Amino acid sequence: MSNTDKIPLIKMTDISIAFGGIKAVDHVDIDLFPGEVVAVLGHNGAGKSTLIKILSGAYKRDSGKIFVRGEEADINNPRDAKKYGIETIYQTLAVADNVDAAANLYLGREILTKIGTLDDTAMEAEARKVMGRLNPNFQRFKEPVSKLSGGQRQSVAIARAILFNARILVMDEPTAALGPQETEQVGELIHQLKKDGIGIFLISHDIHDVFDLADRIAVMKNGKMVGYANTKDVTKDEVLGMIILGKCPPAAIPGPGAMQEA
Amino acid sequence: MTETTTTKYGAAKVEHQGAISRFLEATEINTRLLGMLGALLIIWLGFHFYGEIFIGRGSFLTPRNLWNLSVQTSSIGIMSTGMVLVIITRNIDLSVGSMIGVIGMAMGLLQVEILPQYVGLGHWSIWILAVITGLVLGTVIGAFHGWLIAYRKIPAFIVTLGGLMVWRGMAFLSANGRTISPVDPTFALLGGGPYGAVGEVGSWIVGIVACVGVVWMLYSGRQASKRHDFKLKPMWAEIFIAVVGCGAIISSVLLVNAYPWPKGILKAYGRAHDIDMTGVFVSHGFAIPVLILLAVGIAMTFLMTRMRFGRYVYAIGGNPEAAALAGINTRWMTLKIFALMGMLTSISAVIASARLNSATNALGTLDELYVIAAAVIGGTSLTGGVGTIYGAILGALVMQSLLSGMVLIGFDSAIQRVVVGSVLVLAVWIDTVYNSRKN
Ligand SMILES: Nc1ncnc2c1ncn2[C@@H]1O[C@H](COP(=O)(O)OP(=O)(O)OP(=O)(O)O)[C@@H](O)[C@H]1O
Ligand SMILES: [Mg+2]
Repeated sequence: MSNTDKIPLIKMTDISIAFGGIKAVDHVDIDLFPGEVVAVLGHNGAGKSTLIKILSGAYKRDSGKIFVRGEEADINNPRDAKKYGIETIYQTLAVADNVDAAANLYLGREILTKIGTLDDTAMEAEARKVMGRLNPNFQRFKEPVSKLSGGQRQSVAIARAILFNARILVMDEPTAALGPQETEQVGELIHQLKKDGIGIFLISHDIHDVFDLADRIAVMKNGKMVGYANTKDVTKDEVLGMIILGKCPPAAIPGPGAMQEA
Repeated sequence: MTETTTTKYGAAKVEHQGAISRFLEATEINTRLLGMLGALLIIWLGFHFYGEIFIGRGSFLTPRNLWNLSVQTSSIGIMSTGMVLVIITRNIDLSVGSMIGVIGMAMGLLQVEILPQYVGLGHWSIWILAVITGLVLGTVIGAFHGWLIAYRKIPAFIVTLGGLMVWRGMAFLSANGRTISPVDPTFALLGGGPYGAVGEVGSWIVGIVACVGVVWMLYSGRQASKRHDFKLKPMWAEIFIAVVGCGAIISSVLLVNAYPWPKGILKAYGRAHDIDMTGVFVSHGFAIPVLILLAVGIAMTFLMTRMRFGRYVYAIGGNPEAAALAGINTRWMTLKIFALMGMLTSISAVIASARLNSATNALGTLDELYVIAAAVIGGTSLTGGVGTIYGAILGALVMQSLLSGMVLIGFDSAIQRVVVGSVLVLAVWIDTVYNSRKN
């Protein structure tokens, strides 16, 4: 798959952030093309969530640049990221437990009436449409999200991300709380979104979750990038080697975090 | 009564409860609201019949007492609507009582000692300037607290504990502990009293407008549901709510109109206007502070349920991190919430000093505790995310009922504090039990 001639949707270069002494993300480069699914893999604590939180504006990077469609983007908070069409499903889901599904879907971007009040009925109607696509059995629109099951809450978080015509979707362990059927639905959704030309970062610590969905993989370890590979060029075992040992197979492009061969 | 029928006929019990819960579901009446109204009823009846039995005269359920109760509730009630927002967002404000002191003093000095020098004593603009100054001062102090909390990351408990001491001290320093009185006569009307009430006709106008409002709200809600093909409430449920709502409004109009001006006021009024007022029945009608509370309650409910601002307050309270990730500027919101709290506090300061017809440095002492208690009794959860405006106002009414009821039957202030303190803990305990049952 040669993407080099196209303009990437997202290009992050030389991204670093440290929390106190911990270099959570250490000089990382990564890119993403339209209609592509890039899986970001790595151990617990490898820095995956931190990296994508920089992209979504939740953390301020210490250094590095972010380009959206070739142009440098100025992302300093979640609102900025959304302006660039970057939608994120966080690992923690980041839903407000005490308000209902519709309110969560529109949180920060409420539909207002002509006189500037909340148009709850319009929001609920739209919410019903989107949730119908994702989780047709879902009916509990009026209840606080805290009353929902883990999978239902996850559907709410996913629905919120796709509701606003995202161009770039970041999913941090999106299927962690889902049963097999819902996981399948998310898989289908990803295929569908790909076809619409949306670029997707799929973050996981488990290779099996993403191997069939991803076009490319990027592996992180201790905040550094171990390497990149096209999914069809490598085996699961090779990727596991990257994740656990930081060992790059021949088909992969090594990054700064790759184990140096003696 | 329900108990006896249910124990005898097991089958009937299921039917019966089914009917009740179906009724509650159809009308969407909140059980917690019912609980509070029930508690209020018990308190009122309790005090009345205690008086009837032990003192020989039940004076709680009289127009006079209930009218006074409504006036006494205003100041705490207004502040409690702001405290709800503060507590929902997991903060606290311990400084409101002291703020009342300092704002009251500022307004008192302004209208008694400063403004008359420039515009002349009794000028019509004095009360307006005093109120505006109070509102601005309260908002600025609140915003300053909010800034320290949100942008300087000092815990709200500490900031407002400091405020509790600082503003009380400032209230003293502002006039070296003197009492400033009397306030401007127009200003004094804002505190209630026979003249500070809207009278019989005025009360009927308020009542009718309120009834129309209730019906209109139900109607427009139904129309909105229809537009989006949502499930409609059964018609009988809508009618039931309309009838109960308007019934309550009209009863309160009848009540405040049943409380006449006392003889002394009649005479004074007659003398001033050169008419014979002996034997004339002049209704008080709604007191102005009560109408202010009503207006604040409606405005705050609107803000919390119909506006973005309120949605964000709940979201921040439910999950601050999620709210921030959704792009809500949580710090700015915190600052605005405290500024709003400050503004509401200054409205209460107006009412409190007007009612006293003077400003003293001790005005509002302990109010912060009563305000927090009102919000909590009204169902605001200290863990954040939960609370309603009507709950807080009802909470204030419950607390004020306890306080003035105990005064009526002659309990002294030591016992009053024991009871109010216990009720606060009891209310939260019942709430905890109720919530854990529900889940
Ligand atoms: N807000 C923070 N403050 C301090 N340290 C942090 C913070 N967020 C992350 N870290 C640290 O940064 C490192 C990377 O964390 P991150 O959450 O990005 O890991 P991850 O790859 O997403 O792991 P997982 O698979 O468990 O989700 C960890 O050592 C973590 O402790
Ligand atoms: Mg993570």
